[in-house]
Amino acid sequence: MKLIFFICGFIAIAFVLVITIYLIISGIPAIREIGLVEFLFGQEWASTAEEPKFGILPMILTSVYGTAGAIVIGVPIGFLMAIFLSKVAPRKVANIVRPVVDLLAGIPSIVYGLVGLMVLVPLIRETFNTAAGESLLAAIVVLAIMILPSIISVSETALNAVPKEYEEASLALGATDIETYFRVSAPAAKSGIAAAVVLGVGRAIGEAMAIMMVAGNVANMPDLLSSVRFLTTGIAVELAYSSGLQRQALFSIGLVLFLFIMCINVILNVFLKRNKEG
Amino acid sequence: MKKTNETPRVQQAMNQGLSASRKAYNTGMRALIYIAAAIVVALLVFLLGYILYRGLPNLTWGFLTSEESVVRDVQGIGPAILNTLYVIIATLIVVLPLGVGAAIYLTEYATNHKLVSAIEFATETLAGIPSIIYALVGVLVFAESLRLGKTLIAGAFTLVIMVLPTVIRTTQESLKTVPQSYREGSLGLGSGKWHMIRTVVLPSSIDGIVTGCILAIGRIVGESAVLLYTVGMSMQMQDFFRNGVESFFSASGSTLSVALYVYAKVRADFDLAFSVAVVLIIITLVINLAANLVGKKLKKK
Repeated sequence: MKLIFFICGFIAIAFVLVITIYLIISGIPAIREIGLVEFLFGQEWASTAEEPKFGILPMILTSVYGTAGAIVIGVPIGFLMAIFLSKVAPRKVANIVRPVVDLLAGIPSIVYGLVGLMVLVPLIRETFNTAAGESLLAAIVVLAIMILPSIISVSETALNAVPKEYEEASLALGATDIETYFRVSAPAAKSGIAAAVVLGVGRAIGEAMAIMMVAGNVANMPDLLSSVRFLTTGIAVELAYSSGLQRQALFSIGLVLFLFIMCINVILNVFLKRNKEG
Repeated sequence: MKKTNETPRVQQAMNQGLSASRKAYNTGMRALIYIAAAIVVALLVFLLGYILYRGLPNLTWGFLTSEESVVRDVQGIGPAILNTLYVIIATLIVVLPLGVGAAIYLTEYATNHKLVSAIEFATETLAGIPSIIYALVGVLVFAESLRLGKTLIAGAFTLVIMVLPTVIRTTQESLKTVPQSYREGSLGLGSGKWHMIRTVVLPSSIDGIVTGCILAIGRIVGESAVLLYTVGMSMQMQDFFRNGVESFFSASGSTLSVALYVYAKVRADFDLAFSVAVVLIIITLVINLAANLVGKKLKKK
């Protein structure tokens, strides 16, 4: 029996190895043919042109800017909302709001894309008078809303786990409740909150379908109001019809994205481990 | 749940005698908290309200159950609902034994610490990989290298890799909550290790396994990128009862979230897309309720 269970456990490792090896094997040839520098720092992506160009710098920058933007909007709101739910809100209110936040965390990302496409895109088009509202800005807002529920619930869990004595001691020393939340509870929960942020980064950088619907998918250098293409949407848009070098280049994009994600995972693990210990 | 239970009057008394800057900090930060809460609540209400407002009018029994037909001018997501179900079942059949087995190995058998941490690192890595990478791998490995093509089975296999970490982790958590004394009692009465696991450990941790299944179903229902490229966008009904089970290996068909994408992005039929969104939200709601229910049962123990 032990052997069977060992095989089950080993399969998880095998999957990771297969994915990594497949991505490397199928991602390297295109990079070699295009040239690493040209691939990573080329400013033009024209995969179907007569003289195809495969520079993914626009996509890398878009992914970085888009994720940063979503974090800048989503994290402060999510963090304050977590303090509200965990400390400030009357229990009845919290008990109504929390399940709704959980519901939003579970809603498929494509639904967010749909609402963004129908509400946000026209709004941006009219407010800024651009030809198309599909833009980096729309993608950032959709991503920020998408990562909000997970940031809220992870930070709230961390805040709830702060020992009550810390807060009582702070109150007894004359700090007000608000000062206690921000200067005692939040620092005590900081590794959990950091984990929430990294989790948000991971979700934002890996999202494809929702932003594919609102970002416009033209591989421009990132600009808030212009149509942009992320690393993820770069793969998603062309995966269905690509062939030859173009297709190999998609796997190279996948490899770059995979490396990004692995870095984030390592950071997340460090935070989570510290959380367990401290 | 920690709440400082002071009444506003006590708070007022506390705030007396504070310096001006501390008062300003208090009021400012409290205002920020309430603003953030108001934004989030408004967002929740708007999102759900808007989706229901746009989606409910078209959501009829006919739309849910019928197959679309250009000739008869009928729109329907019956096939998509069935496909979602097929993919869920096919995925769970493979992933449950694998995931539960791996969790049993990790908690009951494994003695080598390095191996355990390697397996745990692998599951964490799998959990963090974005779905578009799974889509790439699914297309490359299952659809092309293994020549499965764009079929339900290729999608299900890809999803197995994707939800494996969820099943392993939840099962592992609940196996850890089974008291050590149960195991000792069972072994002390002379049962073998496998017999002990089968009759004592697994039945006491069934709730966790069910939670794992529910979470896995949630991820499968919500997944669109993987299924779009491995299962395809066909909206036709697959009749496995007439064509036999082997047609599962050759049939392609969109699930609910792929159907939403098809309606919104390919056909620009937004009202129907919102109707599908309503269905997805209802499913999510049911999944969350079920997970909470099982979780509560687990806590009571």
